[in-house]
Amino acid sequence: MNTFTYYPGCTLRTKAKDLDAYARSSAEALGIILEEPSDWQCCGGAYTTATNENATKLSAVRTLNAAKELGRPLVTVCSACHNVIKQTNYDISRDEQMAFKINNYLKLDEPYNGETTVYHYLEMLRDVVGFNNLAQKVVNPFKGKKIAAYYGCLLLRPSKALAMDDPENPTIMEDFIKAIGGTPVIYAQRNECCGGYITMEDKAQAAKRSGAVMNSAEDQGADMVITACPLCLYNLKKNSGSSLPVYYFTELLAEALGLKEANNE
Amino acid sequence: MNKNLQEQVIRTSGVNVLKCMRCGKCSGTCPSYDEMEYHPHQFVYMVEKGDIEKLMNSKSLYKCLTCFACVERCPRNVEPAKVVEAVRLAAVRQQGNNHLIPDQIPDMLDDDLPQQAIVTAFRKYTK
Repeated sequence: MNTFTYYPGCTLRTKAKDLDAYARSSAEALGIILEEPSDWQCCGGAYTTATNENATKLSAVRTLNAAKELGRPLVTVCSACHNVIKQTNYDISRDEQMAFKINNYLKLDEPYNGETTVYHYLEMLRDVVGFNNLAQKVVNPFKGKKIAAYYGCLLLRPSKALAMDDPENPTIMEDFIKAIGGTPVIYAQRNECCGGYITMEDKAQAAKRSGAVMNSAEDQGADMVITACPLCLYNLKKNSGSSLPVYYFTELLAEALGLKEANNE
Repeated sequence: MNKNLQEQVIRTSGVNVLKCMRCGKCSGTCPSYDEMEYHPHQFVYMVEKGDIEKLMNSKSLYKCLTCFACVERCPRNVEPAKVVEAVRLAAVRQQGNNHLIPDQIPDMLDDDLPQQAIVTAFRKYTK
């Protein structure tokens, strides 16, 4: 068994418990233990790009440093956590001023300068487990199911910091869908924004954006949509006006591995 | 034109607005285009011209979704979202100018709204 440091983030402990539980049980079945650091803080949900914002980046650095001290890679599942933590890691490894100020404040035993390797869970499946190995462990394949992967904005961009996949023509989620026996559906809006936090104050804009995503997936004949992001799931389900089902990718993973029943007991 | 404010926004953004060649691709790809009074390419242009106050008073500041589409797709690597962010910070960092206050939150909640939405909105709209 491999052990990785795991950062669930605020929403996986509250409104997105399924995303978390299926991620953990599936990882274990694939030979990886996901272990939380002893304490962690919310990442803040959005990365602040301003050059003179340091306080808003501290929680991400604390998490990154916890993984460094444990000598393990850091795994995230939520798209927002993944985005914030990877952008922080990218910038602190290149921006001396930022690293100086943050380290000056944190007073860690050893300064943090971007040493930790960060994987999104999907990258862990691709680069550590391997989609071929995953496919061999599938007991309930999604045969004949047309599945639309929704990347949204946070998984891929900005690509120079996230370095997960081609930001305009990604394949990682489609390869995941193939590994669990489904048929990926390619549609125009798969990497466009769902409206995100605008749902707080402008439901009409959230409805317009998430509706465009769901219509695009429906037009290409999708049976369902999968996402890694709790806020995407919320917008696509509650604001889009579409009845096409939306699931966390980890739920399909657990089902494919024959773990879903056990999870629900 | 307020030179000091312009300098502050440019420094906060870390962007070289002079790289912009006005192709408009950022605005063409912006998911909030229809909701904005000033569009991403105008943010870049108006910051270059020092026309900052108009932007600071515009509701366009709160329509940016931070999706980084304009950052990814700019052929000159200008990164317009960073300019929008810098102007928004110049606005909300002013005393009493938060766009979202905690008392407003209870009315915005429903049983499914993820915490992620609330913390993200706070980070974008409040100092």
